[in-house]
Amino acid sequence: MQAQLLEGGFADLPVDASHTFRAVMTAMARPGDIMDVAGAKPPSPLSTACGAVLLTLCDPDTPIYLGTSHNTPEVRDWITFHTGAPFSDVENATFAIGTWQALPLSEFAIGTPEYPDRSATLIVETADLSNAGTTLKGPGIKDQAQLSLPEQQAFQANAALFPLGLDFIFTSGNRLAALPRTTKVS
Amino acid sequence: MYVAVKGGERAIDNAHAWLAEERRGDTSVPELTVAQIREQMALAVNRVMAEGSLYDPDLAALAIKQARGDLIEAIFLIRAYRTTLPRFGGSTAIDTENMSCDRRISATFKDAPGGQVLGPTFDYTHRLLDFKLAADGEATDVPVDTPNQDTTPHIMSFLDQEQLIQSEPAGDDTPPDLTRTPLELPATRALRLQSLTRGDEGFILGMAYSTQRGYARNHAFVAELRIGTVPVEMEIPELGFAIDVGEITVTECETVNQFQGSKTQPPQFTRGYGLVFGMTERKAISMALVDRALRWKELGEDNLGAPAQDEEFVLYHSDNIQATGFLEHIKLPHYVDFQSELELIRKLRCEAQANLTQEAAE
Amino acid sequence: MSDYNFAYLDEQTKRMIRRAILKGLAIPGYQVPFASREMPMPYGWGTGGVQVSAAVLTPEDTLKVIDQGADDTTNAVSIRRFFEKTAGVQVTEATTDASVIQTRHRIPEQDLRADQILVYQVPIPEPLRFLEPSEVETRKMHSLEEYGLMHVKLYEDISQHGDIATAYAYPVKVEGRYVMDPSPIPKFDNPKLEMAGIQLFGAGREQRIYAIPPYTQVVSLDFDDYPFQASKADHACDLCGAKDSYLDELIVDDQGGRVFMCSDTDYCSTRRAQGHVGAQGSPIQEDAA
Repeated sequence: MQAQLLEGGFADLPVDASHTFRAVMTAMARPGDIMDVAGAKPPSPLSTACGAVLLTLCDPDTPIYLGTSHNTPEVRDWITFHTGAPFSDVENATFAIGTWQALPLSEFAIGTPEYPDRSATLIVETADLSNAGTTLKGPGIKDQAQLSLPEQQAFQANAALFPLGLDFIFTSGNRLAALPRTTKVS
Repeated sequence: MYVAVKGGERAIDNAHAWLAEERRGDTSVPELTVAQIREQMALAVNRVMAEGSLYDPDLAALAIKQARGDLIEAIFLIRAYRTTLPRFGGSTAIDTENMSCDRRISATFKDAPGGQVLGPTFDYTHRLLDFKLAADGEATDVPVDTPNQDTTPHIMSFLDQEQLIQSEPAGDDTPPDLTRTPLELPATRALRLQSLTRGDEGFILGMAYSTQRGYARNHAFVAELRIGTVPVEMEIPELGFAIDVGEITVTECETVNQFQGSKTQPPQFTRGYGLVFGMTERKAISMALVDRALRWKELGEDNLGAPAQDEEFVLYHSDNIQATGFLEHIKLPHYVDFQSELELIRKLRCEAQANLTQEAAE
Repeated sequence: MSDYNFAYLDEQTKRMIRRAILKGLAIPGYQVPFASREMPMPYGWGTGGVQVSAAVLTPEDTLKVIDQGADDTTNAVSIRRFFEKTAGVQVTEATTDASVIQTRHRIPEQDLRADQILVYQVPIPEPLRFLEPSEVETRKMHSLEEYGLMHVKLYEDISQHGDIATAYAYPVKVEGRYVMDPSPIPKFDNPKLEMAGIQLFGAGREQRIYAIPPYTQVVSLDFDDYPFQASKADHACDLCGAKDSYLDELIVDDQGGRVFMCSDTDYCSTRRAQGHVGAQGSPIQEDAA
């Protein structure tokens, strides 16, 4: 158990983090693009991609909310050991991790009119991630893109809050995609 | 083929080599050692530590040597080094009451427990060039006494006992760190003080002076100015208690300022505070005056529109590393923007000329 | 320099910058505050761009650095060397070979591809700053989408000069929401702000990061009767003959003789290598010697 906890981090932190960040940044800049990431071996049910994103973006400055789907002692210990990030309630979370059903969307910070950046980024673990289903339009998308989103209405409501709102990273296995608040879904 | 300003790489290498040669100066004159700078240019070293926000006299002396005596350049070297250092934790608040004082004066009382200690000050020197220093500079005989081991109570504590001065209750909150989080306005007093203590001495001095001359005058008395060494302690969670990690010299200035009061509240004096690394009393006094001027809002005073009351103005312009970088960047090439202006002004002049000609014709 | 971390910055600092970049991309044109670090080069000399590049670079990247469009200007050389030393990345002067381009004051003439990232050095990120010096006030104006002051300024230009008197750092509105300073690029470059690549803006001294994702709507502010015009010197490049590139004007003799040449040195040399020759292509060297 203890040994397991110590494992699964990046073998070469600066390099692995730079690769993962490039993937996350590309995904956030190009909603619909699905990127591969590698280097993290977190305990189940965390996906490889979610683990890599955590190792790349989270530290003691980023309170994390764990959805019920991911709130296990193994996950908590692994995150604490590898990132030092504190766990928080929904309202104060900078990042949240969970399945779509496990994240209480309406309660996360959406930023303030003067600081719209002070909003949560939700890392949504999904079983499937593909370029099919919902149509995406907006910044970062040339004409339109397709992404398998869990639903549409919540993202439409979120986009209507712009410039406030939540930003999403979808993780599945070793793949990820992102959906910023600017994307219009239909 | 004509190509402008090619050879940037070679120009930089040559400039660096030339700079190194100039730094050394005439090689028939012995080279300065870092220890000489540390010991004999101590006030320059202090300023570099204070505005560099890094207490390390040897590194500050090295920076001064490398910067050819340009203190802002030396501060820059220290800041750039400081930013790469890992942060192990925060110390507990230093206790200046336990300062081993080299100098301690009060302007508000003729005498007080602990006494007036003049210390090594320029204050009553006549500013006459000492040509003997040019010849040898050997130290004269200095009378020696046993150091005072007692704690020296703060003058303010006597005013506090009578509730004559507004009290500043201690807080357990960890103050935000100006060097780790972006400055957000309005700033807390802790942030303002951090900004002032590392701010440019000349800028803070000028701001403080402006309050004395009437731009948000707050009538400061130096209740106490003390310079000396204090221990720095750090809580070690594994040990459960604080250990000594070193000793630093600081200058602390507390001012008593004009009083506040109303029908319901009896009048009380107010405070300004300055605390700076090293023996840096001009800076510490200036800091206390500017601190007090910036407190107008929390003390319910009027905004007189004075520069020293404007926290955005003071905090955004006090940092000499930011200021010098931005000031000096205008010597970088800007020819693309200038070209754009050139075309615009030619076009505007052409149109204006055409209008004039047309008007004259009509 | 090997004692320093990959790309100089420590990992915690990079994480902080990376989070700011992601929020910047999610809110195009909005200035995200970040805790800018003191860099070993002066504020105002590209510390913001350098921090953004350091947070973005991977060891496999090929970096190009330009200042005024040129790779060989001294500050561009200095920054390129910094990353050669601290990140060990490949460097190039060829726009097409670069995966990350750090720039001061220009957008390359060559259209950027989707796999390229353009990092701008920004001196004053706040487009409203010269109209309203207070940060507290300008932040409020952005939050309320209150940009009347900017239109008044542009309108006053027109009534005084008969034209909008802003030649560079020409303000734009991003995705119909935030008014943004595109950094001091000549307004000739403004139309290129809508591109396939990712654009990141770093202002170190002012502690702000902002971004424009690919294919984001970027509109230069103007009026119906005074539409925005991207202008350049009315010449062709004297070296390569290009008519579509932004030109530097050089004074070449005591009589005030002028030569015009591409500000984008890679664009110019690429064209010359392809055999394009401008009006004074070769003879100039003999004359100038």
